[in-house]
Amino acid sequence: MMEWGAAIQLALSALWRNKIRAMLTTLGVVIGVASVIAMVSIGSGAQKRVAEQMESMGTNNLVVRPGSTFHGGVQTGAGTSQKLTREDAEALRDIPGVVAVAPSVRATEQLRYRGTNWNTDIEGVTPDYIAVRSWPVEEGSFFTDQHVASAAHVCVLGRTVVRELFGLANPIGESILLKGLSCNVLGILSTKGASPWGSDQDDTVMMPITTVQRKIRGITHIDRMEIQTSGREASFRVKTEVTRILRQRHRLQEEQEDDFRIFNRAELAQASEESARVFTWLLGSIASVSLLVGGIGIMNIMLVSVTERTREIGIRMALGARRQDILWQFLLEALMLSCAGGILGILLGLGSATILARFSEFPITITTWSITVAFLFSALVGIFFGIHPARRASSLRPIEALRYE
Amino acid sequence: MSGVHKSYALDGVKVHALRGIDLSVPQGEYLAIMGPSGSGKSTLMNILGCLDIPDEGSYLLNGEDVSHMQGDELARLRNREIGFVFQNFNLLSRTTAIENVETPLIYAGIGKKARRQKAQDMLQRMGLGDRIYHMPNQLSGGQQQRVAIARALVTRPSLLLADEPTGNMDSVTSAEFLNLLEKLNIEDGLMIVLITHETEVAARARRRLTLRDGRLET
Repeated sequence: MMEWGAAIQLALSALWRNKIRAMLTTLGVVIGVASVIAMVSIGSGAQKRVAEQMESMGTNNLVVRPGSTFHGGVQTGAGTSQKLTREDAEALRDIPGVVAVAPSVRATEQLRYRGTNWNTDIEGVTPDYIAVRSWPVEEGSFFTDQHVASAAHVCVLGRTVVRELFGLANPIGESILLKGLSCNVLGILSTKGASPWGSDQDDTVMMPITTVQRKIRGITHIDRMEIQTSGREASFRVKTEVTRILRQRHRLQEEQEDDFRIFNRAELAQASEESARVFTWLLGSIASVSLLVGGIGIMNIMLVSVTERTREIGIRMALGARRQDILWQFLLEALMLSCAGGILGILLGLGSATILARFSEFPITITTWSITVAFLFSALVGIFFGIHPARRASSLRPIEALRYE
Repeated sequence: MSGVHKSYALDGVKVHALRGIDLSVPQGEYLAIMGPSGSGKSTLMNILGCLDIPDEGSYLLNGEDVSHMQGDELARLRNREIGFVFQNFNLLSRTTAIENVETPLIYAGIGKKARRQKAQDMLQRMGLGDRIYHMPNQLSGGQQQRVAIARALVTRPSLLLADEPTGNMDSVTSAEFLNLLEKLNIEDGLMIVLITHETEVAARARRRLTLRDGRLET
């Protein structure tokens, strides 16, 4: 039996004898592996960005909104039910797995500061809200439960509103005019950026929920509540429990539909992350087509090589090479070509991903698994496309191979 | 070897190349087999060299029955028991002299150091000690032929098979080659079977046989 060292040396010297050909053959695999690495890096970069955006939304959160109602057989639109109240929100606090419940109401009003106007969303909330949305105050302070209890005329501004109304001036301590109410600015929210669907989350004003309910909209119900749960797993369990308690509180009969809707942010996050993952796979699989083409190139060259070296194979067989010695010699050559291609391709792929990251907006994530998979895949390509030529070489009959001109 | 028959298909026509060969070669024999082309010389050589097996009859090499052996067993026998010297020498091209000589040792599974040593010793014996890293195309015909012999003998086979070894040589190198074979036969007791169609070459052997239409004549 032939030694491994000798077999590897044989394969290496055979490749060395045809340096240019070996390099050109390898090029196919180099390009294939490089494009897999680069594409997967772009894909996982996108995946990571989506995950970060989801994180900024609070992925462990459930959002409860009023549902539609029936009025004499006519179903009204979603969000028209006025049954959701702050008392409902209080009742949900004790469900195991619930960290905080933040009820809110919403209004769109014109703000005025000195001569400047700005139309924006007003969010009536409780102090829990900034914790639930993981949206800290950057300057000044948020309003307190006291402010909520007394329906105080205070507000906290989002970054966009500050920019539009105050420019570079410091708004804290100033008063803005809002539907005839003069509101004292307590603080500024940190920058949140765009939501996954593109709206500017910083274009907002937060006020005590009671102030918005009574003094701006004149209502007693709430528009929505956000429930922070202890984790993704818990969020699914909490959702069931919330449904049960709210049905009970709203005295819904067995056959009646829910008069509220629960959106699970975790579900949304899962869907978005899933689509980003599909995107990565798509890019990766398109790129692996070129790896496949590279593999076919190897097979092609190895077949030519077997034909060219028929006489050599015959001589080796006459000198005592067994079938598997010949098989391994050619298989090792193919494997070396593809693995060398794999290593060079990884370097090229990492290089181009890094350059792409530097000169474009694309977030790039280089993962060790994509490198490992690309390398293993290139080795696999070598075996897969090398086995056929190697089989052909080893199945030659020695007499015929020796006589081959 | 007794009652050996062999036929093969050539362009769809069945050729009965060997029609009952009975041959016994004792240790230390130097035998020349002659015959015109088409007499079955190559076929006989293939069977003697364990490159092929007979259709009928039996062939014992050193007491081992070769007639029913499979590919890998035949490869092992070729590696250990037989040294080939071909017409054109059939050296591996673009491979140094020493690597050529090492090749059979690789397939015998001998380690790198021992391989190098044995190949070097053998080339030295053939008077090529200063040419071991030369490629075949950098060597003269006579030198190439000595590399071929070194490669044939490096595994210490019991039989040296030479197929038309002088076919492509001038008379001087041909004479050198025959002297070398004679020396190996006398000094080392090497068993040699030479296949040729040249009477002068065959005349140097101790025993001569002629093959005609697949049968041996004395």
